[in-house]
Amino acid sequence: MSATSPPGAAAPRATPAVSRQGDAAVVTIEDLYKNFGSLEVLKGIDLAIAWGEKVAIIGPSGSGKSTLLRCVNYLEVPTRGHIYLEGELFGERLVDGRHVRMSERELASQRKHIGMIFQSFYLWPHLTARENVAIAPEKVFGLPRKAALELADTMLAKVHLAEKRDAFPERLSGGQQQRVAIARALAQEPKVILFDEPTSALDPELVGEVLKVIEELAAEGRSMMLVTHEIRFAQNVADRVVFIDHGVIVEQGPPAEVIRRPSHERTRSFLSQLLQDG
Amino acid sequence: MIQFFEIYVAKLPEWWPEMLAAAGSTLLLTGYAFGIAIVFGLCLALAKLSRNRVLSRAATLYVELMRGIPTLVVLFIIYFAIVPLGITLSALVAGALGLGIHAAAYVAEIFRSGIETIHRGQREAALAVGMTPRQTLRYIVLPQATAIMLPPLINMLVIVLKDTSICSLISAPEIMLRAKDLASTYFRPMHLYVLAGAMYFAMAWPLSLMARGWARRLGRGRHGA
Repeated sequence: MSATSPPGAAAPRATPAVSRQGDAAVVTIEDLYKNFGSLEVLKGIDLAIAWGEKVAIIGPSGSGKSTLLRCVNYLEVPTRGHIYLEGELFGERLVDGRHVRMSERELASQRKHIGMIFQSFYLWPHLTARENVAIAPEKVFGLPRKAALELADTMLAKVHLAEKRDAFPERLSGGQQQRVAIARALAQEPKVILFDEPTSALDPELVGEVLKVIEELAAEGRSMMLVTHEIRFAQNVADRVVFIDHGVIVEQGPPAEVIRRPSHERTRSFLSQLLQDG
Repeated sequence: MIQFFEIYVAKLPEWWPEMLAAAGSTLLLTGYAFGIAIVFGLCLALAKLSRNRVLSRAATLYVELMRGIPTLVVLFIIYFAIVPLGITLSALVAGALGLGIHAAAYVAEIFRSGIETIHRGQREAALAVGMTPRQTLRYIVLPQATAIMLPPLINMLVIVLKDTSICSLISAPEIMLRAKDLASTYFRPMHLYVLAGAMYFAMAWPLSLMARGWARRLGRGRHGA
């Protein structure tokens, strides 16, 4: 389990990457803790996402589920514990057997393999939809501009927004903006996509179009971590539902079990409250 | 009153070529000083925003110091205090340097607040697609911040333009020095200083209009692409 070199071994000065041999997981979260000052938000999360697996993370607000997602791509730096992407240590490297934080440059070259969808979209307002999608392929992945724009067109078509490619974000509805944000993440050809409450900022009538796109992606066999309040959606799309409360995983399993027959009282009361409101 | 203008009619052909040449120096001085202020000011702003505490404290200290010292004092320190160290600077170079490093403190504050106005999520989205902090600044933050910063930056340019007049005190051959020389040669201080004022105004006013026009465009919610 431990990725550190055995004690006493002639430790290499800098190991470029730590490989977890035979690991089928795309993302591995190991003993993750996150504090904000004296507030403990995550208290020891262990979770592995298999290739092609869709994991929905549910839980009350303030339970730490968004923080968990943000730790996966190191937008938040974990207080303790480690993240692995395809078995490789993420955001850190081993130097003389000790975990050392990567430089921002190195971190960026790892982050480009993880797509992220934010609750408030965060499209860049000074760029058109097409440029929003094309900029990472061009500047991060080094595609020629023309190829990057063509890739952007392909990705916008995938989210059914080909005709909006020259629109600036301010001219798009919330649902359209979120779909452009999804196209932007797809253009990274990510190994895993993190969805941080992708429909929570949307007007109710716009939720459907975004969920539909996410479902289509799920059907393509992409690996996903999905923080959501849409329980029925989680039930339809996810292979596994993880219920988090107070910074720990309370229970997890197939949606049919966790959502229909939760075994913990905390899960039950959370779900009944949510289903009443919905 | 008529007499006042008659003197201009008679003397302007003699004064104008000299004043025009001096206006060229003023513009040159403004250009260099503002260039220094922009480059140095951006460095200061980034230092202030940096997570490195030594760097951010040093930049903050510099900005506070400069804001508390008159431009003229900075100018004299550079021109008169550095010369004994064996470094000789021409009045124009010393003037551009003095005005530039002084204005940099104000420019730094404009940059800092412009950058801070950009929502954190904009940066995070850029980092999430794999941009380095440098790329994030260049492609995402600065293009958006520029639109916000442009009006105050143009105002700063106007201030620098007008402040070049104090470079006459270290004998930089700009509008004010030439006006003073001509005033004492021709015993016409009033005419020459009014002329100098008119020349400054002719250069500064269009800039002010630009700044105001740009601010109005922003107010209408237009993006600055």
